[in-house]
Amino acid sequence: MDFTPTEDRRMIADSFRRFLADKFPAERRNEIAYEGACHDPDAWGGLAELGILGALVSEEDGGFGGAGFDITTVFEEAGRALCPEPLLGNLLALRLYAAHGKADRVEAIIAGAERAAFAVDETDSFGDLGEISAKAEGDTLTGRKTVVYGGQAADWILVAAKSASGKLGLYEVKASDAEVLSYPMIDGGGAAEIVLDKTPATCLSDDAEAAIEAALDAGRLALCAEAVGAMDVLKDMTRDYLMQRQQFGRPIATFQALQHRLVDFSIEIEQARSIVIYAAGNLETGDRALSVAKAKNLIGRAGKLVAEECVQMHGGIGMTWEYAGSHYAKRLIMIDHQLGDTEDMLRKVMALTDISVAA
Amino acid sequence: MDLNYTPEEEAFRQEVRDFLKENLSEELATKVRNGRELNRDDMVGWHATLQSRGWLAMTWPEEYGGPGWDAVQRHIFEEELALANAPRTVPFGLAMLGPVLIKFGTEEQKSTILPRILDGSDWWCQGYSEPGAGSDLASLKTRAVRDGDHYVINGQKTWTTLGQFADKIFCLVRTSTEGKPQQGISFVLVDLDTPGIEMRPIKLIEGGYEVNEVFFTDVRVPVSNLVGEENMGWTIAKYLLGHERTNIAGVGASYEALNQLKALARKVKRHGQPLAKDPLFAAKVAEVEIDLEAMRLTNLRMLFGSSDAQGSVSSMLKIKGTVIRQALNDLSRRALGPAAAPFPSEEVIGNYSVAPPEAASNAANYFNNRKLSIFGGSNEIQRNIITKETFGA
Repeated sequence: MDFTPTEDRRMIADSFRRFLADKFPAERRNEIAYEGACHDPDAWGGLAELGILGALVSEEDGGFGGAGFDITTVFEEAGRALCPEPLLGNLLALRLYAAHGKADRVEAIIAGAERAAFAVDETDSFGDLGEISAKAEGDTLTGRKTVVYGGQAADWILVAAKSASGKLGLYEVKASDAEVLSYPMIDGGGAAEIVLDKTPATCLSDDAEAAIEAALDAGRLALCAEAVGAMDVLKDMTRDYLMQRQQFGRPIATFQALQHRLVDFSIEIEQARSIVIYAAGNLETGDRALSVAKAKNLIGRAGKLVAEECVQMHGGIGMTWEYAGSHYAKRLIMIDHQLGDTEDMLRKVMALTDISVAA
Repeated sequence: MDLNYTPEEEAFRQEVRDFLKENLSEELATKVRNGRELNRDDMVGWHATLQSRGWLAMTWPEEYGGPGWDAVQRHIFEEELALANAPRTVPFGLAMLGPVLIKFGTEEQKSTILPRILDGSDWWCQGYSEPGAGSDLASLKTRAVRDGDHYVINGQKTWTTLGQFADKIFCLVRTSTEGKPQQGISFVLVDLDTPGIEMRPIKLIEGGYEVNEVFFTDVRVPVSNLVGEENMGWTIAKYLLGHERTNIAGVGASYEALNQLKALARKVKRHGQPLAKDPLFAAKVAEVEIDLEAMRLTNLRMLFGSSDAQGSVSSMLKIKGTVIRQALNDLSRRALGPAAAPFPSEEVIGNYSVAPPEAASNAANYFNNRKLSIFGGSNEIQRNIITKETFGA
């Protein structure tokens, strides 16, 4: 066993951390995160040049990483900096393009020349691929996809829709052919409603459910790592604040009630770090779905605890838009809303480890 | 990153399993699995079994009779023992006094005392806590006053675990009232046959008897029974508390408790079907299992020495490990419903069959294991330790 990151991954983490600190200081981050297309083309180009997108795809699929630990390396740094760029949407799309042998698209995305997103959720289908009602008819798609991460800044939209055979298929739509209603999210970064009405589409597969589940698990793992990065930063901010803030003539860090609460959520951060390692190590094994579900359940609980405790322990200042900590807290809360929440993941764990059946 | 054990480590695990299969009797394992009280012979006999293979004093170096294992081997060993429902070894001689003597003892102390721990001649117990000195251990008041070649000890110790079986006790005593409280403490070894010692049982919340009060009245102890220098007892005590504890999280024991909980949930019926089919109950089990999975990894991160997992992580593991174990005990008690209520006497377990026999002690075990977050440095003290590291104070 070895818990040391490889030299390559350490270098990616270091250079990405420096890059993000340079491109997205707090004020600039908020400008990008909540305004316009929630996307800075210059920064995206630089990020592609650094190899951040290539790290999300395996060598045989045209990238130079792609393992669970490559994904967590990138997204932990994204979480530390609250990177507002559409990394999640492009990760999902890259995994799906790679799974369907679309080497040209993978190459273009990795190079930063094109961006893509994956449209899966519908307002009545959250967390349940079986409830998707968007449909393929001939060479067109009809339906409405909701909260498509990165959809506001994508050239291509991959769409999960029912194929003629009734199975879940995967289709590619040119973003400019669809109606794209863009908006920033409450915790920063952009998304879009994608309205399809006999929109021209290319079929990548008419039976893509397994590939979609695998891509979603990669996305969930990414979100978990992002949360760990955000938790680490928010914890440090809270610790520093407790040491600096004086009340009753002394730093509030000297109050045991606060000390012990900080310890309690710090323990959960270590638990979170551990379960992300476990899930990353299992992304390519038969335990992928179970380990990722376990991770995202724990992350959901830990993220809420850390976010709420840190806002509380900052007092009024933690309630302000101006204070960076509030944006970290929002991100931690909202990660639980993406790609399946604490309860969805718990149901999945229960289904996969049915305790009514002896092991 | 590599989450796999090496082939050598897997082979070692198999060796331990084979040994347990061969040498751990079903009767003893059942007693442990069912949470029944072990008697002195059970424990002494189990020590002898382990010693026959040279595996008893697992933290000791080879030159003193230990197996010479590294931390990973010790971890695997403890995990397998827990999963097999082997009795836990009694830690006072093996995990506490032994390492202290190896570090601070004289040659004579080492050569006379250590072999008698290994062969079972001496059962040691611990005299640390006092009625007025628990978490604030340095405030202890039991006095040892020099009188020629002897110390004369007066005072009271408490929470002395399994003292009723012990031959000897190691104590922290006050030899000076000068300076800071920590500076006047000494570590002495006392034969429990010495006149002036009285041991009284303390009955615990669930009705069991495992801890004692020990009263010292003019107890004369040879000065040669001092370990280390006079007034350096606090250093020794800290060494002992900080001595490597690969098993502080009790991961193996919690996995075994989880397995038993699941088996119980399949056995007991609610609303015409196994409790395991109840999604509310199953959800609670799943949540604890997820926390345990994470803690298993946290424990391995500490064990395999990744740089971000040192320092206060053992305190974190103590807190999380006890919280998880107590959550499992809680669910196991609740799984029984009203059947958890009968006092688990031999008669109730043997003749009345209210609860499955393996679960008849579940309520008692739940109550008894509330101790986990209190002893060994209460969870609040662990939080203070982590706080110190966090704020660098």
